[in-house]
Amino acid sequence: MAHRWTNDLTRADVTPKSAYLNRRQILAGAAGLGAIGLAGRASANTLEPNTLEEIASYNNFYEFGTGKTDPAQNAHKLVTSPWSIKVDGMVDNPGEYSLGDLLDGLTVEERIYRFRCVEAWSMVIPWNGIELANILNKVGVQSGARYVAFETVVQPENMIGVQRRVLDFPYVEGLRLDEAMHPLTIMATGIYDEPIYNQNGAPIRLVVPWKYGFKSIKSIVRITLQEDEPPTSWNKANAREYGFYSNVNPNVDHPRWSQATERRIGGGLFAPRIDTLMFNGYPEVASLYEGQDLTVDI
Amino acid sequence: MTPSQAINGVLRKVPAWTIYIVCAAWTGWLFYLALTGGLGVEPINALEREYGELGLKLLVLGLLVTPLRKWTGVNLLKFRRAIGVSAFFVILAHFTVWAVLDVQTWERVWTEIVKRPYVTVGMVGFVLMIPLALTSNNLSVRKLGAATWRKLHKLTYPVAVLGAVHYLWLARGFQWEPIIYLLIILGLIATRYVSFDWKRQPA
Repeated sequence: MAHRWTNDLTRADVTPKSAYLNRRQILAGAAGLGAIGLAGRASANTLEPNTLEEIASYNNFYEFGTGKTDPAQNAHKLVTSPWSIKVDGMVDNPGEYSLGDLLDGLTVEERIYRFRCVEAWSMVIPWNGIELANILNKVGVQSGARYVAFETVVQPENMIGVQRRVLDFPYVEGLRLDEAMHPLTIMATGIYDEPIYNQNGAPIRLVVPWKYGFKSIKSIVRITLQEDEPPTSWNKANAREYGFYSNVNPNVDHPRWSQATERRIGGGLFAPRIDTLMFNGYPEVASLYEGQDLTVDI
Repeated sequence: MTPSQAINGVLRKVPAWTIYIVCAAWTGWLFYLALTGGLGVEPINALEREYGELGLKLLVLGLLVTPLRKWTGVNLLKFRRAIGVSAFFVILAHFTVWAVLDVQTWERVWTEIVKRPYVTVGMVGFVLMIPLALTSNNLSVRKLGAATWRKLHKLTYPVAVLGAVHYLWLARGFQWEPIIYLLIILGLIATRYVSFDWKRQPA
């Protein structure tokens, strides 16, 4: 297995709840003074987590509408209990697992990750989750499996975006097995030590911090191990704009906009743009792509 | 008295500058909301969208004046200049928010304009509005002559189409809203060239 990812962040790096609930007011005041230009080259290395309000009110979850606040408004309709996940394909122990059974005995860790959307905005999110590798080892990956495919739940009567056919639902995503087994890759079940909100992908979602956000598929009901590269939703919708890998890469622009910079959510009306980091600031994953031309394998 | 005559009677009492006041107040209110968290946690993009959509709505309203009068008799003609000039200023605000607050450096602004087709399309639309805004006064009508002036102001049609295409082009996935704008605009332009006066068609 790849080298262990070492966490140099502690609980102390997470803003205490009283502070993260208040930070917005302070920022709103400071932003007025900060203005443009002055802040200039802020760093994307900063890992101050966004507030829970920010994380829970600005989302892309097209099953619940295309507006950024639509998921927060509409996702309460998502039924998350009971929840079962079908594990199939090239695994030793296939089956329909209840969420509790699938995660039973596995450790939930806190991971403070940068989250970079393909639309050039970003957040820092204190996830609670389980390494995907631990889940995959539990179900037993058979030799010959090279990819993992994921599928989001479809509840048409509860999902306005599914009724409007914004994308070809169910939403599907996939990872190469080595990406899935990388210790940075987690399945998140919480944020700020609270159960993950519906609009953030309750009850369980993928988090791959070095890839654009849409790879981190939400509300997962199926995990399939397979030999071939699985289709992925945005790639099906527009292959020119969204590749299978979709690693965060400041040097490869989206055909319609630049990926060189991003805007951290929470900076208010005068938030400066910050430089986007290669692999979203997780260079330890570079070895996964040795020998690949990342301007071609987008 | 027909309903349209009643409406026209009320409209006669409303001065055209009301449009400027309403649009300026609305634009300022949106800015205030963005500043104080009323537009959500990412106010830059939200404000940009609000201004863009408001501009597009004003362009649609401007295009609606003539067909509305033809079909219903409701006469908004005296407001049309104010609607058009307001559209220009709202779209100027849209451009300013995009350039100053969103993209933030002139180098990047220029790169975006030349490199991103949807930005180019929007920018061309905006530039085409400049001569229209500059000639939206009685002196210009006299100087240019009514015929030339009217010809020049047909630029409104490509401006509105470019605005709607700009909106459609930046949508991700299949979205109805920009498509509906484009269809309405194309429909309103079509009324100028295609006769919808089916009642007068010989049987």
